[in-house]
Amino acid sequence: MSQELSAEEHTGHPTAGQYFRIAVILCVITAVEVGVFYVEFLGHWMIPILFVLSASKFTLVAMYYMHLKFDHKLFTYLFVAGFILAALIISFLLLLFGVYS
Amino acid sequence: MSTFPISIPRPVHPTGIWNWVTTIDHKRIGILYGVTAFLMFLSGGVEAILMRVQLAGPELDIVSAAVYNQLFTMHGTTMIFLAVMPLSAAFFNFVIPLQIGARDVAFPRLNAFSYWTFLAGALMLKLSWIGGATDAGWFGYAPLTSVAQNPGTGIDFWIISLQILGVASLAAAFNFIVTIINMRAPGMTMMRLPLFTWMSFITAILLVLAFPVITVALIELTFDRYFMFNFFNVANGGSVVLWQHLFWVFGHPEVYILILPAMGIVSEVIPVFSKKPLFGYKTVVLAGAIIAFMGWMVWSHHMFTVGLGAVANAVFTVTTMLIAVPTGIKVFNWLGTIWGGSIRFTTPMLYSLGFIAMFLIGGISGVMHAVSASDAQQQDTYFIPAHLHYVLFGGAIMAILSGIFYWFPKYSGKMFNERQGKISFWLLMIGQNVTFFPMHFVGLDGMPRRIYTYAGNMGWDFWNGVATGGVLILLIGFLLVMDNIGRHWKNGEPAPPDPWDGRTLEWSIPSPPPEYNFEEIPIVRGLDDWWATKQGDSYKEIPASGGSGENGHNIHLPQPSYWPFVSAAGLFIAAYGVVFNDLLIPWGLAAIGLTIGFVGVYAWSLEPVNDPEEDSTH
Amino acid sequence: MILKKTLLIKEGSQLAQEHAAPIHGEDEGTTTGLNHRKMLMWAFLGSDCMFFGSLIATYLVYQGKSLEGPLPIDVFDIPVTSISTFVLLMSSMSMVLAYSALTKNNMKGFRIWMISTAIMGSTFIGFQVYEFSSFATHHVEIDCVNPGELTKYEQHIFDDGCSSGEAHAESHEGLKPQTNLFGTTFYTLTGFHGAHVTLGVVWLLSLLLLSFKKGVITPEKNLDVDLAALYWHFVDVVWIVIFTVVYLFGVFPGF
Repeated sequence: MSQELSAEEHTGHPTAGQYFRIAVILCVITAVEVGVFYVEFLGHWMIPILFVLSASKFTLVAMYYMHLKFDHKLFTYLFVAGFILAALIISFLLLLFGVYS
Repeated sequence: MSTFPISIPRPVHPTGIWNWVTTIDHKRIGILYGVTAFLMFLSGGVEAILMRVQLAGPELDIVSAAVYNQLFTMHGTTMIFLAVMPLSAAFFNFVIPLQIGARDVAFPRLNAFSYWTFLAGALMLKLSWIGGATDAGWFGYAPLTSVAQNPGTGIDFWIISLQILGVASLAAAFNFIVTIINMRAPGMTMMRLPLFTWMSFITAILLVLAFPVITVALIELTFDRYFMFNFFNVANGGSVVLWQHLFWVFGHPEVYILILPAMGIVSEVIPVFSKKPLFGYKTVVLAGAIIAFMGWMVWSHHMFTVGLGAVANAVFTVTTMLIAVPTGIKVFNWLGTIWGGSIRFTTPMLYSLGFIAMFLIGGISGVMHAVSASDAQQQDTYFIPAHLHYVLFGGAIMAILSGIFYWFPKYSGKMFNERQGKISFWLLMIGQNVTFFPMHFVGLDGMPRRIYTYAGNMGWDFWNGVATGGVLILLIGFLLVMDNIGRHWKNGEPAPPDPWDGRTLEWSIPSPPPEYNFEEIPIVRGLDDWWATKQGDSYKEIPASGGSGENGHNIHLPQPSYWPFVSAAGLFIAAYGVVFNDLLIPWGLAAIGLTIGFVGVYAWSLEPVNDPEEDSTH
Repeated sequence: MILKKTLLIKEGSQLAQEHAAPIHGEDEGTTTGLNHRKMLMWAFLGSDCMFFGSLIATYLVYQGKSLEGPLPIDVFDIPVTSISTFVLLMSSMSMVLAYSALTKNNMKGFRIWMISTAIMGSTFIGFQVYEFSSFATHHVEIDCVNPGELTKYEQHIFDDGCSSGEAHAESHEGLKPQTNLFGTTFYTLTGFHGAHVTLGVVWLLSLLLLSFKKGVITPEKNLDVDLAALYWHFVDVVWIVIFTVVYLFGVFPGF
């Protein structure tokens, strides 16, 4: 099983060109983020939009640059466990402190 | 040639102190952990005795109020971080590789580093008695820890030593996560892992996720104290409640970090001495995982009286009461295992049974103050120490003692005195109930925690006197335990490999195990594999392929190293430099310490696990 | 029963074979076939999520709770931070290209991309140093404008030497960690991120030096670079979060 996986890992790795395309996408998203930031009529809608944009950047880097898409699922579990828990704790604390109420 | 640029030869010390300093053998590190943690446990016990003597009668003046504050703070911090956690770590180290059929842990040098860092943190904390120890409680609530309230070095020592202990715990936890996932013998699937290993695995995950939170909280406190930041400075809008949140976000998972390994030990001992497989193995594993997960959602039950509001209190009441369900499941599984078994009341079994009884009492009083309305009455009264000592002394310590006796033949290679063991068990059992049960009464009677004395007309003196008397019984019990262990470690009867008719792999190898543990890496075909083997299933005759045979020749073991010790020593010096940062050159000592640590880590990472030249000589 | 036993034997011998099968490289002999160190790295990154999570939680809990200025809107310069964000993103790309070149046995390419990653990392740190020092010496001087155009902080310090209806604002107070809650939480959060980047640069440069020693870093022995890359990308994704949550949300008037 492990050998199959490692074989897939070698063939499935992105090429330099793909890495470059991902970098372009990342830059475009950042530019859109900064652009959205200056669009005033969006008002509070800006928050979810920026949230989704930065989450997609995060996911792109984690999946392709950090190879999570091609590696063993276990690595994803180890990382995502910490990430989700951190997100939960932040949300709980914000609720408890009534920041957005 | 090795890739190691600095030509310091690898340490080769078969005996003596250098052997212990440079060892990376998980069994030796386990013993180092155990002995150190037991000494720390004794020092925490001395602190407890002093407190109990002070409270023996009304208006006594044996220690001052200031010293009393230091005593309860140091007692709490010591027992949690320097006694129960490292005692569990001692078992992780010694037992886990043996239970999963491995020759060492995944990162032997990191393991040594964990121990030396733990020792550095422990010494740091204990040495703070010189010049006044920390006195803000083990939870260090802001603003008790602010420079304005607490200008001495006690808090600084406390902060820095907790940070160092955090490094030690994190290093150990990473190590054991990887070891348990990645060092299992062939066939040892996750659902065939012995229960102790499972609970340790869950504990390690909790450690990895919980410790960064306290690290951040302590960093914030450090910046407040050293550089006048505003994190907990109310005058500039800071919130002292944030400290409480951050502390308990760490602190509640920490409670399960203390108790889950204990539950693992009990889940090993009870099946062996009931001669039955553990009742509902999968349920026990799942219950442990659920406890660990839910442990993250209950932290504010430590803060019911802070004034978080009715909704928050109600939510945390419900989650806290829910967590009693998986805990209850475990208790029923243990009872189900004992039920109908052919029970042998040996010393380890007695301790495990004692654990179930005492933990149950502590659990029930825990459910009582899970109800926030009821907790409003109990918060900060002696009812809480009664509860927490039933779960931590009656729970964790009883289970650890069970483990100390259960694995004694394995780690010492000798047998202890069963009669003496039983006597000491009963002394401890009676002693703890005489000590801690009366605290329920005085607590419900309104006696506050953390007071150094009380007036004679409060009606608390009788039960306080009884509690202090109980400590005397505990003291005799522990002296007997120490005598039993110490004397028989040296002169006991040699132990057979499998004295208890055990079920897991550690009993399939000699006592004490050879340096390489398993001559041939076992192949595992089911739960309680060693037990199945002893029942004469012929399929076990198939030779394993992983071993290298011939009495340990050709078995490649990782080589000893100086660098874990050097790195930890650097950390220790740096920590001192942070506390006394104005010594001679400002921050000079800290810089020296960090440099030593940095050099240590660098040399360590450039040093190969095994020197190729050494290998070729085999 | 006999059937069960044969099955067990089969399972056992299969396992033995699997275990004996030589797995190349550094993953040799592990249960899952995964490398020990890589698994540790991922566990560490999960743990580091909690570290930054706690710092971000502190920042957000205290957002808008500062008793006095300067506030994010007074000091943040989004275009400048956008550039440093861009630099860090590009360093991540250069890092994967370094790793990719190494696995293709292109040592020259590997070294070039490693150097450029380290340079971009240092540039990011440079931006941060500039940003910190400019915040710390933040100085406002506005001559006689409509008070409506001033921020809360600027209004707080104006004096009236202008014609009626106009305001003059001047300040010599910079943003220091001690100034207010924003300073405290902002410098701590971004400072720890900066420390992570600095450590990463040291790590990358160490690997670069090691690559000149024969046989230490080769297309087959690429794990050291792989791990450093994981760390580097993690530092990058943390900045992606910080840029949005601290900078962009920070200047948003809704907060």
